[in-house]
Amino acid sequence: MAEKKIQLTKKDRLSVAWRSTFIQGSWNYERMQNGGWCYALIPALKKLYPKKEDRAAALKRHMEFFNTHPYLASPVIGVTLALEEDRANGAPVDDVAIQGVKVGMMGPLAGVGDPVFWYTVRPILGALGASLAISGNIVGPILFFVLWNIIRWAFMWYTQEFGYRAGSKITDDLSGGLLHDVTSLASMMGMFVLAALVERWVSIKFTPVVSQVKLSKGAYIDWDKISMTHSGLQKAFTQYQNGLALSPTKVTTLQNNLDSLIPGLAGLLLTFLCMWLLKKKVSPIVIILGLFVVGIVGHVIGLL
Amino acid sequence: MSAISIILVVIVAFFAGMEGILDEFEFHQPLVACTLIGLVTGQLIPCVILGGQLQMIALGWANIGAAVAPDAALAAVASAIILVLGGQGAKGVGTSVAMAIPLAVAGLFLTMIARTLAVPIVHLMDAAAAEGDTRKIDFWQVVAICMQGLRIAIPAAAMMFIPATTVKNVMEAMPSWLTDGMTIGGGMVVAVGYAMVINMMASREVWPFFAIGFVVATVTDLTLIAIGALGLALAFIYQNLSKKAANGGGNGGNGGNGGNGGDPLDDILNDY
Repeated sequence: MAEKKIQLTKKDRLSVAWRSTFIQGSWNYERMQNGGWCYALIPALKKLYPKKEDRAAALKRHMEFFNTHPYLASPVIGVTLALEEDRANGAPVDDVAIQGVKVGMMGPLAGVGDPVFWYTVRPILGALGASLAISGNIVGPILFFVLWNIIRWAFMWYTQEFGYRAGSKITDDLSGGLLHDVTSLASMMGMFVLAALVERWVSIKFTPVVSQVKLSKGAYIDWDKISMTHSGLQKAFTQYQNGLALSPTKVTTLQNNLDSLIPGLAGLLLTFLCMWLLKKKVSPIVIILGLFVVGIVGHVIGLL
Repeated sequence: MSAISIILVVIVAFFAGMEGILDEFEFHQPLVACTLIGLVTGQLIPCVILGGQLQMIALGWANIGAAVAPDAALAAVASAIILVLGGQGAKGVGTSVAMAIPLAVAGLFLTMIARTLAVPIVHLMDAAAAEGDTRKIDFWQVVAICMQGLRIAIPAAAMMFIPATTVKNVMEAMPSWLTDGMTIGGGMVVAVGYAMVINMMASREVWPFFAIGFVVATVTDLTLIAIGALGLALAFIYQNLSKKAANGGGNGGNGGNGGNGGDPLDDILNDY
């Protein structure tokens, strides 16, 4: 311990963070993220263990099974960096301790990453971008891409640094409610926005005509009495603004009836049906193909 | 398509394939992948529209545990190529969306193959680790990532050898009842993705948020950003109140009542 301490610089840690972007690159059915994990740590291990046999041992212990949410790997990497640094400087940190921290953190963290990133942030940003893109607006994809990557990179860098500074103490910090708070916030906001998306974007239109009512005179615009001049058009638009109908018969479709209960009701029911089918272990792909068949058949028989 | 366009499309497909496994930059999301293909083939606007529609369908697609989601990367890349080759512009979007679904299933099998092939690669990395050879580990990691890129780049390249006239003829030969029906189906398919996500997140505590969100969305003046802000604010309010209630309840218990805290609002008021 007489020698001077080896410390990881900010440059080393940035290099590890950048490499952790590729953590899932060699995802495999045997040990999942292990290859990417080891790949990410290489700049640090190279610096900490200049002797070849030490380095080989370090590389081997980081080829063990590892799997978590790819972004939530960052705090685990931070903690591991702190532990490896201590060990390289002579502290009694054994393989079991390092492996224990990795395994102990990956499970709970994956449980946070999925609802926060895959079920809340991505659907919200995706829907925001898509709603612009559907009308041909190029801002949609750009907005999605830029915002997503800023959030992702900020999160990965900050949590890795947090893990590095906190070291093995992090497990206490995380279980102290912070994780729970973030997850529950995300699920509340996520459900709120999802409901809005269901209302806005699940589209079913039932076309069957329920009733055709002849309107009384004065309730619709009498086009025969409108001349195609400036003043004539002005009159027609004024009448339209006053709530006069465009044609002498009022057509009510099944859809109009449903919408008068609450707009989007049909889409909501369809979503509930899908949820039920999914719970019955029907594959999402089967449901998707089924809905296309329903769409085509329904259109041919005039229901949709 | 010009040679340059073909090369650029293959590059875009390669990135989409990489991201299909990495899930970091999100090049594989339809919104981004379709837009990039539109950009390099000069048909930007129709591809942006296609990307938007596919994104709506793919919002809830995520690989979690045993649930295997369809593959967004191949679906986005291949259907954008079909749209471009078909040359129908924005009119062909509905059909391309429907084409994307079987492609998403095909992509799933390719993913499974790639993930199995990664096993021997990791064994090579083991061997390199035993020698302490970091360069070799780096090398095999890059090989594994490239393999994932090729997973999409090869099918994309193959598709571009189909003559544009053939795609065009097939697209135009489709009767309107079929294309209209598929467009209607596309509007309903969106529900599946949402249902997947809701099933994962739903709990007794969060259902009221769903109900409020649904009703608020019927106010068509509100944009998605407004709805998001409202949702976040409500979530914060709820969390703060429930924390206060929990603290207040605890104090009440210490105060000697011995009960379970009683009415939480009452306890908050008593604390003041």
